[in-house]
Amino acid sequence: MIVEAKGLKKRYNSVWALDGLDLAIADGEIYGLLGPNGSGKTTTILILLGLTEPTAGEVRVCGYDPVRQPLAVKRLVGYMPEKVGFYEELSAYENLRFITRLNGIPEAEANRRIGEALEHVGLKDVAQRPVATFSHGMRQRLGLADVLVKKPKLAILDEPTSGIDPEGAAQILDLIRRLRDEAGMTVLLSSHLLHQVQRICDRVGILHRGHLVAEGRVAELTAPGGYVARIGQASPILRARLEAADWTHSVEEMQPQELQVTLTEGGRAELLRFVAEEGGVILELRPKQPTLEEIYLRYFQG
Amino acid sequence: MRVIVWKELADHLGSRRFFILSLIILVVAGTSVYLGIQGFQQNPAAVQEFPYLRLLTTAPGALPSFLSFLAFFGPLLAVLLGFDAVNSEFTRGTVSRVLAQPIYRDAWINGKFLAGLGTLGVVVVSIVLLIFGLGLFALGFPPDGPELARLAVFLVVALIYLGFWLALGILYSVLFRSPASSALAAVATWLFFTLFLYMIAGVVADQVVPVRADSPAEAWLRNENLRNSILRFSPVALFEEATLPILVPTYRGLSLLALLAQPGVPTNPLPLGQSLLVGWPQLVGLLALTSVCFAAAYLGFMRREIRTS
Ligand SMILES: Nc1ncnc2c1ncn2[C@@H]1O[C@H](COP(=O)(O)OP(=O)(O)O)[C@@H](O)[C@H]1O
Ligand SMILES: [Mg+2]
Repeated sequence: MIVEAKGLKKRYNSVWALDGLDLAIADGEIYGLLGPNGSGKTTTILILLGLTEPTAGEVRVCGYDPVRQPLAVKRLVGYMPEKVGFYEELSAYENLRFITRLNGIPEAEANRRIGEALEHVGLKDVAQRPVATFSHGMRQRLGLADVLVKKPKLAILDEPTSGIDPEGAAQILDLIRRLRDEAGMTVLLSSHLLHQVQRICDRVGILHRGHLVAEGRVAELTAPGGYVARIGQASPILRARLEAADWTHSVEEMQPQELQVTLTEGGRAELLRFVAEEGGVILELRPKQPTLEEIYLRYFQG
Repeated sequence: MRVIVWKELADHLGSRRFFILSLIILVVAGTSVYLGIQGFQQNPAAVQEFPYLRLLTTAPGALPSFLSFLAFFGPLLAVLLGFDAVNSEFTRGTVSRVLAQPIYRDAWINGKFLAGLGTLGVVVVSIVLLIFGLGLFALGFPPDGPELARLAVFLVVALIYLGFWLALGILYSVLFRSPASSALAAVATWLFFTLFLYMIAGVVADQVVPVRADSPAEAWLRNENLRNSILRFSPVALFEEATLPILVPTYRGLSLLALLAQPGVPTNPLPLGQSLLVGWPQLVGLLALTSVCFAAAYLGFMRREIRTS
């Protein structure tokens, strides 16, 4: 687990911005922290970075405690804030150069990384232009480049698509996915636009009033109704049969020989039959959580 | 922290704000020195005693002395270097991005203060070099040892004084969220200490101890003392009192008391150590003000919530 938080609480004056949040993010995944405005996303992120202290609870990021070892965390984590800002009179290159200097990256290496990062986000041609001339979308992409030059293990992006038209947002999300695939970094991104980001997230957590009200794989959460089953000691044949069946929504291998299956309401008896025939142990069989759609209606539009 | 100091230094030295203000200071310095040199030509005897120091303290014609000018105008430069140091980072949204880098939080504000001091140092040193240059050209000889020592001490004191105003500017940039209001507060404070406090001190002193032309010497003395104690609250007055003994070797103190105690004009210069002693309390006061101001800015910044929105 690259991020682990238990029982996080944060109080601002009389409001509890976070109220018992548990969070676990695995290496290499794209985790979407979703929630309406004011639900505590930014607060969570600031605590993970050691920029704000939690009132209660435990946090570990890359194995370090952000409260006690903020510098160790900041060395490994890249962060793009909600309203990312730059030094307007400096060029895109100079802004990134300042960041590489603060990170103690040697000149030659820094120049190489800045070139690559700007190329990735499509700002190579305007590298020498002052940021004052940049559009909102360009700034957002420069914010991504700013994270990339650090080559972080974990990238934390707070509302990376806010205020951008749907097309630009889709571009940025594709870029994030590609970067994760190529550089192998873990991504934590927050958004209040559930529908927009869900397609690139491996897992999402829905934050409401400071704690998670739902969490899971997008496939699992988007399936209507039905059950979730965990099956141990599953053979490859069982897996193949489950994947072929029309009453399963998704079949994923969580650990070697351990499958997580989401299925329709009517698929329950069939599942039991398959397992009896092919061998395997049903570790868990439970009704599925509310769907994203239901969650959306319940929490995002109230 | 070195990275931060260099960046801020480059920002300052390249900014239009700095360029205009330091240009004004340099032009005034050049003019007053030039006029001072002309004064020497009319009164060659003056050249004998610390001519370079004289260039800084004598008021040529209608202009104020360079020392008064620096005491009055230098703070504006210093305070304007600092007034948006922190809050502009918040309004631009660069705080959280920079503080997410592996640097200590205090390295940032320390770096900003040091860079400001460095910038002011550049200004003060270039003024002194200008005076050297013009003086050398007109007088034909460089300042001697004691004079150089006094100039060096003056540089340090001036830097402490300007450092106070820089720290005050940075403090305002921490206290006020918008650069516009901190600029307003900074300029208001500057006007208060450089102009209003002098007027207020005079008015209060005259109210409490009225004096007329035929008042006894004792009344004049009390009036003067009261005025001076009120002015002690002003860093501007502290600076003038701290530097006068350094730049005017014969100077023995501001109050009438010193003059009354030693009738006749004292002409023999004090050694540098003695001169320093005369202005010592003021110097310590100045240093304390600067430290308190920066400490307040430092603490305010360290405790500040860093979220932008
Ligand atoms: N500095 C602050 N002082 C008081 N309340 C705050 C402060 N920052 C955030 N809050 C409150 O904490 C809650 C969570 O805010 P935030 O984490 O910014 O939510 P999100 O990022 O999901 O929109 C909100 O109710 C907000 O009003
Ligand atoms: Mg937020």
